[in-house]
Amino acid sequence: MNLQPGAAISGPPRSGATTGFEPAVDGLGASALRQEGDAGKRNMGTASTNFHLTDQAGVSAAPVLTVTGLSKHYGESLAVDDVSFDIAGHEILGLLGPNGAGKTTTLNMILGVLEPSAGGIVIDGLNLAFRRRRALERANFAAAYAPLPGNLTVWQNLRVFAMLYGVSNAVERVEALLREFDLLAFRHTKCGVLSSGEQTRVSLAKALLNRPRLLLLDEPTASLDPATAREIRSRIRRFASDNEVAVLWTSHNMVEVSEVCDRVLFLARGKILLEGDPKTLPAEYGKATLEDLFVAVAREPLTLED
Amino acid sequence: MPARLRRIAAVLLRLFYLLRSSSARIVPLFAWQAVDIVLWGFISQFLNSVSAARFNFISTLLGAVVLWDFLVRCLHGVIIAFMEDVWSRNFLNLFASPLSIAEYFSGLVLFSISSSLVVLAMMVGVATAAFGLSFFSYGLMLIPFLLLLFLFGIALGIFGAAIVLRWGPAAEWLIWPIPALLSPLACVFYPLSALPTWLQWVARLVPPSYVFEGMRQVAAGHREPLMSLLVGAALTTLALLAAGSAFVRVYHHALRTGLIARYTAESVG
Repeated sequence: MNLQPGAAISGPPRSGATTGFEPAVDGLGASALRQEGDAGKRNMGTASTNFHLTDQAGVSAAPVLTVTGLSKHYGESLAVDDVSFDIAGHEILGLLGPNGAGKTTTLNMILGVLEPSAGGIVIDGLNLAFRRRRALERANFAAAYAPLPGNLTVWQNLRVFAMLYGVSNAVERVEALLREFDLLAFRHTKCGVLSSGEQTRVSLAKALLNRPRLLLLDEPTASLDPATAREIRSRIRRFASDNEVAVLWTSHNMVEVSEVCDRVLFLARGKILLEGDPKTLPAEYGKATLEDLFVAVAREPLTLED
Repeated sequence: MPARLRRIAAVLLRLFYLLRSSSARIVPLFAWQAVDIVLWGFISQFLNSVSAARFNFISTLLGAVVLWDFLVRCLHGVIIAFMEDVWSRNFLNLFASPLSIAEYFSGLVLFSISSSLVVLAMMVGVATAAFGLSFFSYGLMLIPFLLLLFLFGIALGIFGAAIVLRWGPAAEWLIWPIPALLSPLACVFYPLSALPTWLQWVARLVPPSYVFEGMRQVAAGHREPLMSLLVGAALTTLALLAAGSAFVRVYHHALRTGLIARYTAESVG
C-alpha cells in the first residue's frame, strides 16, 4: 500500500492545516465557495473555521455551531485531534469517516455528554463549557443507539422531552410531530414494541420538538426503508432551510450524503482530512463517486494527511 | 412555570407515567412493607403476651419496624427511580438535554418523598388498625425522627446511584442489601448497649441509631433525647454532603471518560 502523501489519491493543492480561528476568507461565505468549486480555498485539517457567512442579501450571519481545536484523548489514545469546523444556519454538514474515526466522539462532545480534553464548542453564540443549559436548549439530536425509553408510550416520551426542552404549547407541538412523522397510530404504543424504523421516527420527532437551531443526526435513516428514508431526508432538508437550522449529519450511506449534505468533512483517526461539496469532491480527488473517495480515505488516510 | 421547575416536573412526570402504567411497579411499593408490618405486629403481640416487660412491644418493636421500613422506602425511592433510567438506557437522552444533574436528582428525591409518604401512611394505617400502634405516642419527636430517617435514606440513595453509575448496572446488587447491612448498626430492634463496646462506637457513626435509641427512650417515658438527636442530625447532614459530593465526582468522571454517552451493562462493570 502506497502511503506517500498524494500518491494514491490525486487532488487539488492543499492549503495545509490552519490554526483554528482564521478570519473570513476573502469575504466569501461557505456557500459561495461551494458554488465556485474553488477547491484551493478549502482548508484541510481545519474546515472553514469561523467563516462569517454572507447570505445573498449580503447580511453577515454568525455560524450556529463553531467547533474550535476540539481534542479528546483517552490516556495515550487520541480519539479526536484538533478538529475545527463550523456550520451555518440552513446548512447540512456531513461528518464522514470509517468506524472509529471519531465521529460519535465529536457528536458526544457537542452534546455535552463527553468532556473535551481541549478546544471549545459554541452553539448559537453560547459557549457550551460555561452556558451548557442555555446552549443545549438550542440543540437536539437523534441517534440509532439512543432510542427513547421503551417503557413509555410515544406520546408520553414526547411529552416528557417537550418539558425537558422547555417547549411552549407542548401538547400542540407533540400532536403536530406525531402527524408529521406518521406516528398518530402509535400514540399510545410503548416505544419498546415499535419496529426499529418506527423508533427512529419517534427519535426524529423528539429531535425536532424544541425547533432546535442545531440538529445532530447520527445515522438517522439507518433503519428506515428507502421510501421512508427519502421522505425523512426531504423533511429534514425542508426543516433546516425553513428554520435556519444547522444540521450535523453522520452516515455511511454515501448516496444519502450526496443527496442531503451541502458540505462534508472526512474524518480519519480523529483528524479532518478533507472538506468540500459532496457532489464535486470525488472528481477533485480523481474518484468516480463519494463512496470511492470514502473507501480511499478509510484505507489510506495517510495519503491525504499533511 | 420557571424552566428549572419544569425540568424537575418532567423527571417526576416520567416516573409517574411508569408507575401508572405498571402494576408490577405499584404492588411492590406496598406489598413488602405491609407483609413486614403484619409479621412484626404478630411477633410484637406474642412477645407482649409472654413477656413480663414493663414496656409495650407494639410501640417499641413494631414502631421501630415502621420507621425502618420508611427509611428503606426512601432509599428505594431514589434508587428505583435512578435504575429506571439505567434499565431503559436513557442517560444519553437525558443528559444531552438542558436537564442539570441537580434538577435530575431533585426529581428523584421528590418522587421518593411522595411515594415514601404514601407507603408510610399505609404502614401506620395497618399497624394502627390491626395492632393498635399509636404513632402519636412519640409526640412531636416523631417529626425529627422521620426527617432524619428520610434524609439518611436519601443520602443512601444518592450514594447508591453513584456506585451504580461508576461500576455499571450490575452494581445494583451492591445497593439492595445496604439496609440489611446497616440494620444491626442502626440498632433498630435492640438498644445500643446490646452491642459489644467496639461495635457501639461504630454504631454511633450511623445516624439512624440515634433515632431508634431516642424512640425507645420516648416509648419508655424518659426525657426527650434532644442532644443525641442533634448529633444524629449533624451526622445525617455529613452523610448527605458526602453522598452528593460522591455523585458529583462520579458524574464528572463519567463525563470525562464518556461513560454517560455509552452507559450499558456491556460497557461498564
